[in-house]
Amino acid sequence: VIDKPHVDWFALSPSLSLTAVAGVLLLVAVLVPRSARKPVAAFVAFAGFVGSFVLAVLLYDRSAQAVTAVHDAIFRDRWAALAQVLLAGSGAVAVLISYRERMREEHIAEYYALLTAAGAGMAFFVQASNLMTLFLGLEWFSIALYVLTAIDIDLIGSLEAGLKYLIVGAVGSATLLFGSALVYGTTGQLSFDKIAAAGHGHDAMLVAGLAMVIVGLAFKASAAPFHMWTPDAYQGAPTPVTAFMSSATKIAALVVTYRVLTTAFPHDQRLWSGAVAAIAIVSLAWGNIGALVQRNVKRILAYSSVSHAGFMLIGIAAASALGERALVYYLIPYAAMSLGSFAVVAARERELGVPVTLQNLAGFGWERPFLGLSMWVFVLGMLGFPLTGGFFGKFYVFAAAYRHGWWWLILAGVIATMISAYYYLGIVRAMYFRESAELQLAPAGGSPDRELLLSAGVLICLVVTVGSFFAVQPLIDVARHAAQALGV
Amino acid sequence: MDHWLTTILIFLPVAGALVVAALPLSRYWAGSIASLISLIEVGLWIISATRFQFGSSLLQLDQRRSWVSDLNISYHVGQYAFSVWLVGVTTVVMAACVTYGWWVGRDRARAYFALMLLLTGAVVGVFTAQDLLLFYAFFEAMLIPLYVLIGVWGGADRLRATLTFVIYTVVGSLLMLASIVAYGLQQGTFDLTQMGPSNSTWLFLGFVVAFAIKSPLFPFHGWLPSTYRESPPEVSAVLSGIVSKAGLYGLLRIAIPKFPGVVDDWRVVLLVLASISLVYGSLLAWRAPDFRGVVMYSSLAQSGLIVLGLLANNDLGVDGAVLQMVNHALMSSTLFLLAGMVERRTSTGEFALLGGMARGRPALATVMMTAGIISLAVPLSTSFAGEFLILAGAFQQHWAWAVIGAGAIVLAAMYMLRAISAVLHQEVGPAVPESALDLREGELAVVVPLVLCLIALSAYPNLISGHAFGENRAFVGFTQATNTLGPGTCAGSTTDGSCQTKIVKSTSASGRALNVDPAASTLEMVAK
Repeated sequence: VIDKPHVDWFALSPSLSLTAVAGVLLLVAVLVPRSARKPVAAFVAFAGFVGSFVLAVLLYDRSAQAVTAVHDAIFRDRWAALAQVLLAGSGAVAVLISYRERMREEHIAEYYALLTAAGAGMAFFVQASNLMTLFLGLEWFSIALYVLTAIDIDLIGSLEAGLKYLIVGAVGSATLLFGSALVYGTTGQLSFDKIAAAGHGHDAMLVAGLAMVIVGLAFKASAAPFHMWTPDAYQGAPTPVTAFMSSATKIAALVVTYRVLTTAFPHDQRLWSGAVAAIAIVSLAWGNIGALVQRNVKRILAYSSVSHAGFMLIGIAAASALGERALVYYLIPYAAMSLGSFAVVAARERELGVPVTLQNLAGFGWERPFLGLSMWVFVLGMLGFPLTGGFFGKFYVFAAAYRHGWWWLILAGVIATMISAYYYLGIVRAMYFRESAELQLAPAGGSPDRELLLSAGVLICLVVTVGSFFAVQPLIDVARHAAQALGV
Repeated sequence: MDHWLTTILIFLPVAGALVVAALPLSRYWAGSIASLISLIEVGLWIISATRFQFGSSLLQLDQRRSWVSDLNISYHVGQYAFSVWLVGVTTVVMAACVTYGWWVGRDRARAYFALMLLLTGAVVGVFTAQDLLLFYAFFEAMLIPLYVLIGVWGGADRLRATLTFVIYTVVGSLLMLASIVAYGLQQGTFDLTQMGPSNSTWLFLGFVVAFAIKSPLFPFHGWLPSTYRESPPEVSAVLSGIVSKAGLYGLLRIAIPKFPGVVDDWRVVLLVLASISLVYGSLLAWRAPDFRGVVMYSSLAQSGLIVLGLLANNDLGVDGAVLQMVNHALMSSTLFLLAGMVERRTSTGEFALLGGMARGRPALATVMMTAGIISLAVPLSTSFAGEFLILAGAFQQHWAWAVIGAGAIVLAAMYMLRAISAVLHQEVGPAVPESALDLREGELAVVVPLVLCLIALSAYPNLISGHAFGENRAFVGFTQATNTLGPGTCAGSTTDGSCQTKIVKSTSASGRALNVDPAASTLEMVAK
């Protein structure tokens, strides 16, 4: 007889609630009449993400003491709970953005089911405390995302994007699995703290395993040079999916990367710290230079997300209390900016019925003052300008690098930001400095509806982006409490 | 109440910007509300100036709230005597420029006026921020409205102009950000009033490059021609009058006092760059083919001159530099606005196409003549006072700097008189229509107050040069750097609070220059 472990249902609740909602949504797909399916499905999905958000907040509140639960399979701590709060928030906003997306209505409930399933997978992934749950969580949300990327079969390139994402993502997963096997082979342990306790630091096979684990996670975080899928998948996927992927996947992957590195491989800190710093620099360089030559706004934002992965990896590479705070703080405005900017792109896309390029953004800022202004704030935030949380994100990351004594990492970040000014401000330029009449753009099918839900989503992102500039200290306190769980 | 004055000065225009942007106002009403707010801002400044104790060299009207206690970053604003003057000239010039924008009737009025007001708030913020990070935030915040103001309302080649402008500025400010991060973490605080000196050359250069780009200083002035030519005239006025002062203020408040040792090492380099800016700018202004070209290159020359004063390392130079900053803000904004008014009538600024505009247009001729004469530093004018102080200060550093400066003043007369005569006198130019009107009431209402300010200062330049650093002529931080210490003040703080070094008045010929007694040679060591 196998001992049944004690199950801490509450610790699993953010993930389980979303899983349950995914199930409900599959029922909605069958039971609810077609005319009502779209609003019902969207509402259920939204309620699911909000519910998960609330549960994650409660979990954060009641997990001051970090423990492992369910037979050491998952962590119950604030580090994971905070990530779940951000993930559920991103999911809720993604639902708001998705509502008006032009998609075939017959499978709309399945779309939301996959979205919540992906959210559930990420919520589980960030709690992982051993190599099995790590891989399980990774595959759980990845598979949902592969399908989501390719879900809109009417969209040119969607299927191609899904396939590319699947193949490259599978390579990433396989690398992670291989690495896990090497680590397990060396230490004979699955759970992170026992791997650390086994104390096989600097063992060649363990280091090889560590390297492969980092690479596997870097694929998910779309850090260069493991980002090749990012521009294509981001461009091809339906824009709301891109919005969700760009914020949520990054949150999950980076939070887990730091957790795995610090709890499982503390003895090899010098090694992984240097490796992560190297990946950070490559991401900064590649992401920003790649973005320079793009015309398609989704591709620009995709490359920019690669460069942001680089910035956040600086926080990880610093491997210090300041670095942890930098990472967690950075994620908050980043998630908002990236969701928000893709939401604005989605709005323009629905207006024009064609992919959004710098050319056909012309005049957008004047036609849609609120969305234009929001986009302006988002790109300035990504550029790291004051009045947005993006500024303090970069500031903290640089501070962490400085404390670590890595001035060259600051220099890399500064140069990357200089380069990025060209394409970020290029978006502002496209929106405001030219008239749409100049380019004879006509909205497809008359003036589109005012999208209240999308605007609400953008407003939330705007408030978070700007609010995180003013409320730095409260957020840093939250980050500090979350990071205490890791005990570095 | 006094503690809130600085904060109100910063955020009143910001609030005004939000109101103008959010309410569905017509062009007329958006402009009138914006002008009203900018005038209220001037009034507020007058109130704050009356509350200010110019005798004291301490930080006043200050307010401090913790912002990011994790890294000791705070919202700390306040004013020193010299900041009061810079804030004052900012409010006055911004009021003139906003009102000009109203009179001209810029389209997309709500956005335009909101951005102008935002810019006002940001510039006032730069001049009053006492926390390094807050300073940076305002410094960067200036760029956002400027970028759009030039990009949307600018001339035909505005896209290229904004690109150059932004690349230069962003490069500078990010280098500064790197310096700020390192400097603040070294010191454990970002509060300028608490930060001790540093002797890192790299940090210093990060700051100096940013400020040199903003000022601008040779060889960092590459953004200048296209930006000043393509901007709307009132934005050029703000740029050269006010925004460029942010760079000079940064030198005065941060780069010079916080890096005393490094400044000494780099003094000659910076003085050489300043001299080159001065001479090269003057020569370019002399050969410029258009009105704006003259004004903008004279700005380059003037900022070279001001840097000469700032680095003269004595009272005369720094007093003169502050006075000249105010003078130049008024002069160059007047001239840019006049350039705009000429361009409205002739749709060109090319000297080859202009001429003879004085005939039948007495108001234009009088205003331009007055502003031009004052800006070529004719004796008895306020800019003469400023330049004289700067040159006297530079002379004490080394006579060669004063010779270069004096030579450049001759050049100033050449380019300014050439510009005036090319616009006002000579044959009537082909681009000047017979029907071109004299300055209208609205235009007079904008430029005449600026010229009156200049005339008033000419009568009493000591108002600024004598009240820029408080009675004992010292301000915290700055004292440790440049030896401009009052007699008996204490330099170099020690833990027990005793005076490490006493400053004694020297008996040098000028009678004003102060030297530090031999014990002060330990000053640097104490600072370290």
